[in-house]
Amino acid sequence: MDVVLSVAGVSKVYASGQRALEPVNLDIRRGEIFALLGPNGAGKTTLISIICGIVTPSTGTVTVLGHDAQRDFRSARRAIGLVPQELSVDMFETVLATVKFSRRLFGRAPDNAYVEQVLRDLSLWDKRDAKIRELSGGMKRRVLIAKALSHEPDILFLDEPTVGVDVALRRDMWKLVHRLRAKGTTIILTTHYIEEAEEMADRVGVIDKGRIILVEDKAALMKKLGKRRMAITLQTPMAAVPSALEGWSVALDDEGKTLVYTFDSENEHIPILLAKLGELGIGYSDLETHKSSLEDIFVDLVERKDAA
Amino acid sequence: MSTSTHAPAINLHGIWAIYRFEMARALRTLWQSLVTPVITTSLYFVVFGGAIGSKISTVGGVGYGSFIVPGLIMLSLLTQSISNASIGIYFPKFTGTVFELLSAPVSAMEMVVGYVGAAATKSIVLGLIILATAALFVPLQIVHPFAMLAFLVLTSVAFSLFGFIIGVWAKGFEQLSFVPALLITPLTFLGGAFYSIDMLPQPWRTVSLFNPVVYLVSGFRWAFFDKGDVSVGVSLGVTAVFLLACLGVISWIFKTGWRMKN
Repeated sequence: MDVVLSVAGVSKVYASGQRALEPVNLDIRRGEIFALLGPNGAGKTTLISIICGIVTPSTGTVTVLGHDAQRDFRSARRAIGLVPQELSVDMFETVLATVKFSRRLFGRAPDNAYVEQVLRDLSLWDKRDAKIRELSGGMKRRVLIAKALSHEPDILFLDEPTVGVDVALRRDMWKLVHRLRAKGTTIILTTHYIEEAEEMADRVGVIDKGRIILVEDKAALMKKLGKRRMAITLQTPMAAVPSALEGWSVALDDEGKTLVYTFDSENEHIPILLAKLGELGIGYSDLETHKSSLEDIFVDLVERKDAA
Repeated sequence: MSTSTHAPAINLHGIWAIYRFEMARALRTLWQSLVTPVITTSLYFVVFGGAIGSKISTVGGVGYGSFIVPGLIMLSLLTQSISNASIGIYFPKFTGTVFELLSAPVSAMEMVVGYVGAAATKSIVLGLIILATAALFVPLQIVHPFAMLAFLVLTSVAFSLFGFIIGVWAKGFEQLSFVPALLITPLTFLGGAFYSIDMLPQPWRTVSLFNPVVYLVSGFRWAFFDKGDVSVGVSLGVTAVFLLACLGVISWIFKTGWRMKN
């Protein structure tokens, strides 16, 4: 396995005494899209900030492309681009000037052709001479992405990239991410939307209360996590599940008044089930589908972990 | 694990980026960076040089209008160095763009060279502009031009370093203006900018010797008129000690991450 980033025993206790991160171990593979999934306050941003050198870890080491992130910070940081969650941009600069600034700050000689390409890819070229304060929020986020890409990083961090972002930008961002991946860039994004991890990632890590609960290939995880449930309110209560529905993952609930169908996103046969009920002459008055929320999933994962 | 090549030992591009950014900021605010101090200085000449100075014949053989030139330049140099350098580093902390500086392959000293270098450059240019403005009002002689330039550069660098510390320390804009207004301006006014401390009665003359600005003004004035309140060696020594003290504090700040990072 070709590891580009290795986090070993990294923990963080802030001066206030707040334990933001328990010792974390994590290896990121070359060229993958890795989603770090977790609720707000789980430690996602703290972990990213430590890797990028903004926060000093209390313990542990970070190794980027074989360079220790503290001892050999120049080589380590040069390989990393960071798009922060906050829209922190210099309001009085022009788009072009701020992107060129970032490139040089990260130790790269000026390359106007490359900078132009980055700005074009992000639909910012027409706005290159605009002052950043004149741009909309979505445009400001594009500027932050352009800045992060300006020095041709091997690893790109996107911290909550779609919070407060409109549909067009979200779509552009996915396109960009896939284009970058095709060029060999490793991408690590944090999110608290399970759909986002589902849509984007090759692998997913779940973090909660400063601990990484699991790291798994997306396909396997989604199968595990993507449980859904449909509650069918019956017109006439039943004493038992009819034998004709054997083989279906259905169960009775609420004293036989509700039939509960459990399925996952890859294995969903709602129309067939409803047709079947019609054939059997089972009448129903209401249907309600429910998708496990991230919170449910966390509770589930934590319980499973505690039980193990 | 994959490896990549090592980065160069000094990030010259990074230093240059910060320096250029800071200089561009000054050009954007050219009015307040340069024009305001020039107008202020001209007013000092009208009031002290013209109105009051005409009642005072000479100080130590130098016309009063000329006598105050080194002190006036020092006054602007100190306040502008501090304000330029402190805003330079405070503003990214305030807007949050400091994340980029902290995540960049730029060492602490490279950051200081960029910010302090730009602030000092602006101060030096300002000092020369004030000098040129003064030459329009009063006859000027510079006996030791190289010493004059050396003091100009040394003072600009030392107080830009001091300003950098203030910028890192400050938690709000009011704290940024606090030190220049409540510390530097009084120390400069009481530091012989507009008089020779020989003119003071005791014990104030002795008390004045505890004011570091006295040594700056005195050394600078020596470069102009070959006369100072204290010997030029002592002036140079005090300035150098102050500069080294600021450098010491700054390396401590970066070693501990104090008010820069968690």
